[in-house]
Amino acid sequence: MELLRFTTAGSVDDGKSTLIGRLLYDSKSIFEDQIEAIEKAGRNQGKSEIDLALLTDGLRAEREQGITIDVAYRYFATPKRKFIIADTPGHIQYTRNMVTGASTANLAIILIDARNGVIEQTLRHAYIASLLQIPHIVVCINKMDLVDYDEAVYEKIKKQFESFAPKLEVRDIKFIPISALKGDNVVEPSENMPWYRGTTLMYLLENIYIKGDYNHTDARFPVQYVIRPQSEEFHDYRGYAGRIDGGIFKVGDKIKVLPSGLESKIKSIDTLNEKLDFAFAPQSVSITVEDDIDISRGDMIVKPNNLPVQSQDITAMISWFNERPLQVRGKYILRHTTNEVKCIIQEVKFKMDINSMNKNTEDKEIKMNDIGKIKIKTAKPLFFDAYRKNRNTGSFILIDDITNETVGAGMIVTDKA
Amino acid sequence: MNNYHLNHLRELEAESIFVFREVAAQFDNPVILFSGGKDSIVMFHLARKAFYPAKVPIPLLHIDTGHNFEETIKFRDNLVEKYGVKLYVGSVQKTIDEGKVREETGYNASRNVLQTTTLLDSIEEHKFDAAMGGGRRDEEKARAKERFFSHRDEFGQWDPKNQRPELWNLFNGKKRMGEHFRVFPLSNWTELDVWQYIYMEDIEIPNLYFTHKREVFERDGVLLATAPFMTLKPNEKTEILDVRCRTIGDITNTGLTRSKADNLKDIIDEIAAERTTERGQRLDDKRSETAMEDRKKEGYF
Ligand SMILES: Nc1nc2c(ncn2[C@@H]2O[C@H](COP(=O)(O)OP(=O)(O)O)[C@@H](O)[C@H]2O)c(=O)[nH]1
Repeated sequence: MELLRFTTAGSVDDGKSTLIGRLLYDSKSIFEDQIEAIEKAGRNQGKSEIDLALLTDGLRAEREQGITIDVAYRYFATPKRKFIIADTPGHIQYTRNMVTGASTANLAIILIDARNGVIEQTLRHAYIASLLQIPHIVVCINKMDLVDYDEAVYEKIKKQFESFAPKLEVRDIKFIPISALKGDNVVEPSENMPWYRGTTLMYLLENIYIKGDYNHTDARFPVQYVIRPQSEEFHDYRGYAGRIDGGIFKVGDKIKVLPSGLESKIKSIDTLNEKLDFAFAPQSVSITVEDDIDISRGDMIVKPNNLPVQSQDITAMISWFNERPLQVRGKYILRHTTNEVKCIIQEVKFKMDINSMNKNTEDKEIKMNDIGKIKIKTAKPLFFDAYRKNRNTGSFILIDDITNETVGAGMIVTDKA
Repeated sequence: MNNYHLNHLRELEAESIFVFREVAAQFDNPVILFSGGKDSIVMFHLARKAFYPAKVPIPLLHIDTGHNFEETIKFRDNLVEKYGVKLYVGSVQKTIDEGKVREETGYNASRNVLQTTTLLDSIEEHKFDAAMGGGRRDEEKARAKERFFSHRDEFGQWDPKNQRPELWNLFNGKKRMGEHFRVFPLSNWTELDVWQYIYMEDIEIPNLYFTHKREVFERDGVLLATAPFMTLKPNEKTEILDVRCRTIGDITNTGLTRSKADNLKDIIDEIAAERTTERGQRLDDKRSETAMEDRKKEGYF
């Protein structure tokens, strides 16, 4: 069974909660006591029939305000796949939550209310999905029951969306007309839309090809922790533990360690269960090397013929999360793979106007929920790839060194990609 | 490319191992909260994987309500001995004796809420800066928004509205003096994943999870085990049934399931067909719809 992580985006009332409730309900992932609990909650709010949306609303504050305010994770499984949903709200002020949910997703569902068509927020959602390089996007045109299941409405919205799709960097976009409330094309094919020849949403979620979503080309192994048992049996053992961020490592492979540049060969790849001949992203393993060289957390093991960029100068798209705007000349802590360095913001190149997708070079103040392009200088070199090439070695977060809060998320841009 | 793909359990495993190593690297004095239940047993198994061939460098902390199934304590002590890991015990009885909390009275008296004080005291006493718990996001709504690395203020409180964004696999464990983190390596696991993993890895678990005959009684639709410190209501009758535990916790609020499952495969089939969540069988969560959220804010597990 495979794991698929997806995120859902839509404006308030587009039917996101209803859709998730429907997926959970129709895939029988809702337990009876949860149904009992939401029936009770619904009665307290004076509602009569069971409201699928209540299943996905988490905390008390939200229930009181009737809105989702943070990222919440949901789980369901079918015989084919296990799914993790990052449920994020569609409010303008909550870009940060969408970015957070999108960062680990293989797929994004973007909801559009068939009566409203593509609106500003749709563009925003699509832009974020593209910025975060979510490999697959499914545009669900919802509430088709309210537009008489009319093919023309669907086609018009699809065209609207496609007209700005060239501005996005998305490899795979699909469209599905649905009614989350009535269930059309969610799990069961719709009898009301015989003109639609595509698959249901569930079929797509279960079958979309995701084996290619990890980078298995560029070998990258950030060292996370050094294992030294110092026991009799493993007297001189030194294992470099970490999670493979890209590519494939085989026993006997020539490797290079950054930043030292020293080379060696892989002696063994160890796990509790067995010794492996090879390991690949995203496995967590422990690697030993032939030569006695100094390697520590923050170093990166790569192959001599395929090196990441090594530099103290980084250009990146940044998504800002904090009330206090990004400070040009400000110092932050930058966390990238297993590395942590001090850095200074050198320049804001532009602020992205997400609604028009224009680059604003006049007003360059990056405030909470803004996205922009910046230049950073780090106190020591980092080893990275373009985010487009590798979502793990191309991403970083910025941390405020006084409050310790995570204030921004960066996606590295390089000349090559 | 087909060879280079993990199934869902191996992917979850890789993620959890990553979290363990991140904790060992980012914190000075982490601890694993060990209840003796299956989630904490799986957590410990993952810890062994994370640090193999070294011993698990993180000690265990058991918050002992004093109301245990005997089997749990035996299992705990065996595990500690077998793997040479250090164990701390925080005693709820001691917290009560010291007058820091007052014992609930009445039929539904439970020490579950009291555990929070003992837990926070133990964290403070031993200066733990990260407490790793087996909480899973699928257990309960309030947990669904919990982070892997969850920041707690100096009073041990959780502020669900002011959580740090968590992106990719970049975990921010920075904190001020006196603050600590709760870390949940099993965040993305479901109950079924845990059972499938126990089966796949052949992990030893207490016999309580398998069918056995036990004296039980029914209260609010939940089957509870009889014990010296449990008082029966006049209309409650005990009977001996074939039952097993779906979770193992404090005896006073651990609901038992009627079952004849005596092996993991049968348990997995049972869970897959189940129609109630495991927390639904815990009396403490039936108290109010936001019971868990309220307790978590205070510093509960
Ligand atoms: N007619 C119709 N109503 C829908 C559909 N999907 C959602 N709704 C209704 O739209 C309203 C908002 O839905 P909700 O799921 O709460 O939206 P959210 O804010 O995106 O989570 C609710 O009253 C739903 O019942 C649909 O497909 N058809």
